[in-house]
Amino acid sequence: MSEVTGAKALFLALEAVGVEHIFGIPGGAILPAYDPLIDSTVKHILCRHEQGAAHAADGYAQASGKVGVCMATSGPGATNLITGLASSFMDSIPVVAITGQVPRPAMGYDAFQESDITGIAAPVTKHTFLVMEPEDIAQTIAEAFHIAGTGRPGPVLVDIPKDVLQAKFEYKPAGPIELPGYQPTSKPNHRQVVEAAKLISQSERPVLYAGGGIIKAGASKELVQLAEMTGIPVVTTLMARGVMPDSHPLCLGMPGMHGNYTAVTALQRSDLLIGIGPRFDDRVTGKLSSFAPEAKVIHADIDPAEIGKNRKADVPIVGDAKAVLIELIKTIESRRAKDPQPDFSQWRDTVNEWKAKYPYKYTQTGNGPLKPQYVVERLAALTDGNAIYCAGVGQHQMWGSQFIPFRRPRTWINSGGSGAMGFGVPAAMGAKVAMPEDEVWCIDGDGCFQMTCQELATMAVERIPVKIAIINNAYLGMVRQWQELFYDERYSEVEFGWDIPDYVKLAEAYGCIGLRVESMEDVDTAIEKARGVNDRPVVIDFRCDPREMCYPMVAAGSSNDDIILGPEFEADKVEHEKGDHLYSQDEEMVID
Amino acid sequence: MKHTIAVLVENKPGVLSRVSGLFARRGFNIHSLAVGTTESANVSRMTIVVDLPERPLEHVTKQLYKLINVLKVIELEPDSSVERELMLIKVRAVAEVRARIIELTEIFRGKVIDVGTDAMTVEVTGSPEKIHSFEDLIAVYGIIELVKSGRVALSRGSKSIKDRQLRVAG
Repeated sequence: MSEVTGAKALFLALEAVGVEHIFGIPGGAILPAYDPLIDSTVKHILCRHEQGAAHAADGYAQASGKVGVCMATSGPGATNLITGLASSFMDSIPVVAITGQVPRPAMGYDAFQESDITGIAAPVTKHTFLVMEPEDIAQTIAEAFHIAGTGRPGPVLVDIPKDVLQAKFEYKPAGPIELPGYQPTSKPNHRQVVEAAKLISQSERPVLYAGGGIIKAGASKELVQLAEMTGIPVVTTLMARGVMPDSHPLCLGMPGMHGNYTAVTALQRSDLLIGIGPRFDDRVTGKLSSFAPEAKVIHADIDPAEIGKNRKADVPIVGDAKAVLIELIKTIESRRAKDPQPDFSQWRDTVNEWKAKYPYKYTQTGNGPLKPQYVVERLAALTDGNAIYCAGVGQHQMWGSQFIPFRRPRTWINSGGSGAMGFGVPAAMGAKVAMPEDEVWCIDGDGCFQMTCQELATMAVERIPVKIAIINNAYLGMVRQWQELFYDERYSEVEFGWDIPDYVKLAEAYGCIGLRVESMEDVDTAIEKARGVNDRPVVIDFRCDPREMCYPMVAAGSSNDDIILGPEFEADKVEHEKGDHLYSQDEEMVID
Repeated sequence: MKHTIAVLVENKPGVLSRVSGLFARRGFNIHSLAVGTTESANVSRMTIVVDLPERPLEHVTKQLYKLINVLKVIELEPDSSVERELMLIKVRAVAEVRARIIELTEIFRGKVIDVGTDAMTVEVTGSPEKIHSFEDLIAVYGIIELVKSGRVALSRGSKSIKDRQLRVAG
């Protein structure tokens, strides 16, 4: 092969690993890369902000399971990616970010648009590379994609100085991956799996605690199989919504701070938690010392560092969720003759009683204010739970997770661990690019929407017909809720107002269709109208009740036993079953 | 509780900052950190003394293994390893006390490596405890400045860090 530039080598390498789409914005240091892009099979989506590009790459990866790619220039271009990379890191989403760097001779001299992006990104990525020789480009790209997509997935940043992109050299494709310090374990230890099977056979009130790892491993089928063969109920965390259909009789839905009573309480009363790919996040455990006080714990995760990090595991299993589930199913089957076969029907009855008694509840009256839950519920019903639903962060996100009856994995895309407001719009763009045949909705808040709505321009120009339902409650709703509950209703700097901006005009200015809904009778019409548009994005401004709060709620630092069901249940004088409070009551870190 | 760990890392730019950054953001206190080259040109070895009042050492080793450039992490238990530290210490040494300082240095099998009109610099090598007691004893003469290398350690016997099994797979 004749000589190529580093930039050309970059695209040859990206094509070699199968990249089809890149979300990015050009600038000084990355400029050389934008020339060979013209001749490449890789399609570039020109975003309006690098944060949008990073979230789009995340949404792309979450929807498809493929590695998402974003690209930016040095300095501010690169630092604008950080919020997105941090979100991908917390949620274990495979993303590769490519950044331009100032030329090698200028590095370290505070050159124009220079920043130490490999240093800045290191704490929020799985790995960072700085490519100092053009000959290393192909190998580095191959390694970056390998690291991002295998083991516990995550973002990887590749920084390439401008003169490395410009240098001409003899191109050689990447060789075999040689990363002596990176050997993820995917196959579970059989003895540990046997121990897990034994614990299950000895349990009375087991719960399958399904985490995001199952979605990444593509192990939905195996999860459902295990649940059905054992009759064990399943909770699906925020990052695992859709991993099992919500309509399944064994599916209890979401646990956690705004999870439903049944899922929260099933974990609390359980005598065995079978965690497959969760991380015992504070949003799920509530006050850790009082979390599931009677439960033994089986914790399977591909990342050994997660096991025992927050809660001690009685049976730790390091491995890929799919491999673990397959092995566990086989082991339970082969030990049928040996192990007792417990009947969990009494436990299921208890759980089902809770389910019937304490569902998610809200009241929409015909002439009263529009309730956000009603909007989400209608949206889910009209799309038959079959769309891909993205969300920002806040009340609307929780209502989305609560009121959409998910049918399949990779249809609920949000920023779980990081809680990055502004995630929804660009993530929906990424999801739609990855899955053009799917209907993609973004359920957004008015606060979130205003953080990244410039990507409407990208979608209008690129004809990416995403539908956006703004739950416009005129406030930073979740912050308002906390001020109402925990700061004596002293509202401080939370009101955005319904009218500014005019979301309909804003949508139109961006070349999208804008609709406004102020009462319940117009909800269906607007959603149906949006569903009929397939050549540009649609934004619906749902003007919702600012006073509506998200329940149930476990206040930060509280025990899951102290779940607040909210005003809908006040009349019932709920005597929800409390724990024995055997656990320590001493002060513990509170994560607000 | 203090633990001594040995960490083999790829000898690449930025590795030290990745390791120290990990300790900082996870709240693991570094008591000392010494780093240098090894018998393999592309591998460096860090000896880190980490102070963990509340958490098991396993939290540190597992997080270290997540760094792509980290090849191996082992704990060096005091009973089955040798630990050394080097200290250079400059003390006030007017003529009247010089002999006493030299005597003390000899007792600790140290070396006087620089002498000035009113100061001496002494080199002492040994276990952290030995270094510490020398420092205590010499302090009465007036310490001008001192520097310690940080602890370095190897396991006893014929085996190398590379022969040890991985505690957890990365």
